Amino acid sequence: MLNIQSVDKVYPNGTRALDRVGLNVEQGEIVAVVGGSGCGKSTLLRLAAGLDQATRGCIELDGEIISAPHECVGMIFQEPRLLPWLTVAGNVGFGISHLPRAKREAIVGEVLLRVGLSDYAERWPRELSGGQAQRVAIARALAPRPKVLLLDEPFSALDAFTRASLHEHVLDLWRAFKPTLVLVTHDVEEAAYLADRVIVMRPRPGRISSVFDLDLKRPRDRYSPELEAAKRRILNALDQSLRERTAGDELVPAAAI
Amino acid sequence: MDAIQERDAASEAASPVTAAPAAKSRFGVRFALGLLLPIALGIAWEIGVAKGYLQARLMPPPSRIFKTLYDLAITGELWIHIGATLARVFAGFALGTIFGTLIGAVAGASRVSKDIVDPMLQGLRSVPSIAWVPLFILWLGIFEQSKIALIAVGCFFPVYLGVLGAISSVDRKTVEVGRIFRLSQFQLVRRILLPAILPAYVLSLRQGLGLGWMFVVAAEFMGASEGLGYLLTDGQQLGKADQIIAAILTFAVLGKITDGLLAAASKPFLTWQDAFAPKN
Repeated sequence: MLNIQSVDKVYPNGTRALDRVGLNVEQGEIVAVVGGSGCGKSTLLRLAAGLDQATRGCIELDGEIISAPHECVGMIFQEPRLLPWLTVAGNVGFGISHLPRAKREAIVGEVLLRVGLSDYAERWPRELSGGQAQRVAIARALAPRPKVLLLDEPFSALDAFTRASLHEHVLDLWRAFKPTLVLVTHDVEEAAYLADRVIVMRPRPGRISSVFDLDLKRPRDRYSPELEAAKRRILNALDQSLRERTAGDELVPAAAI
Repeated sequence: MDAIQERDAASEAASPVTAAPAAKSRFGVRFALGLLLPIALGIAWEIGVAKGYLQARLMPPPSRIFKTLYDLAITGELWIHIGATLARVFAGFALGTIFGTLIGAVAGASRVSKDIVDPMLQGLRSVPSIAWVPLFILWLGIFEQSKIALIAVGCFFPVYLGVLGAISSVDRKTVEVGRIFRLSQFQLVRRILLPAILPAYVLSLRQGLGLGWMFVVAAEFMGASEGLGYLLTDGQQLGKADQIIAAILTFAVLGKITDGLLAAASKPFLTWQDAFAPKN
């Protein structure tokens, strides 16, 4: 349904962030993209969100080319990015302000209940903890009922305990609404625990180096041997992609860097 | 025994007091603390004059100053002066704010417009504003227009700089949230940019108003037959130190009140701010 077709992204300063990246994400699938810093994984997500334009190639959603933010695509950033002048409820309803008030309030109430923050509706963002703020951001992204939800390292700034509880929130929401999820992360454990498919990318230029299908049944056990094995395979691939790059770099003349 | 019982009764009466009155009484204490120094100085001054250490003619004691203020108020003269000065400040402040906001918004709209507008205004800003006085008198005459123009110039720059600075410091990440939710250009301004710049804008308005009060004095020195600045020059020419100090006090009170009103008017819009609030 989300079809990324051989996309290149070259920044004005000449950095080749993505090089012929292709990926087809199925309806309701959870795809995790992992890779070291600078491998273009966040760039890929920004293109899919319509925030940036690809230099070459295109991204289609159900056959429709994405050139600007699309109503069926939601995004959750690394930081909650809540609007400090709106209450929690105001933030969650921000993307559905075109709906009539009663409808909007019903949806806001429902998604806040889903992320367990019903009692916080009238609070200000400054009164929330980091994990709560990110849950509000998730609720805000979900309120317009997007078909695709893009998550750009959304848990990386949180402590391990909060992160694990947010994983459960996201899985719960996924079960309820069945959106397609594309999750960018540098945490291999997170990727293996959440995703149906893990894409490993390698940097400079950003390319897909390997793909893992994880057909482990849900709910998953974070500590099951199968998950551990999958994690190890992904880590190995990640390691190897980084080694390839270092080997490749030695061939590049210093002047070219 | 009686004293203890009284204290118990008092603490019982005080115990159901909720947070709001407690905050109010803390405000009262702070208000009283702020009055402590001026009152002490006033008393010392009064005593100094009474004992003959200070010359009453040049340093009239507080009692004389308040008598002067009272007389001016009774005759209605004070209100005429206050009215004239307030009218000038508000007219100049309104003009300066309108132009400062509009031009600041234009300059903030794009890099090109900033490159066109900002250098010239920065150049003009470094002209000491009093230097405009002869020109304004020549252009606009010695009556109200030139005075209001001078005050408007004074209010313009802080507002312009405040708006421009606030717009350019709006976080790209916040704007992206608006883009993700497909806000139109107009919605982006109304729902993201305006609320984001509001705190800095209010601050620049308060600065502008403060400068307005400074400039109204300069403007009224240009020759006015009424206004608090006229009271100052008149007091100087007639050697009435009490009138000068009375006018200065009035300036202080009016400046504080108008600033307080502006701050209070903006407060409901800024309750969300995560500002540092010193305790006690």
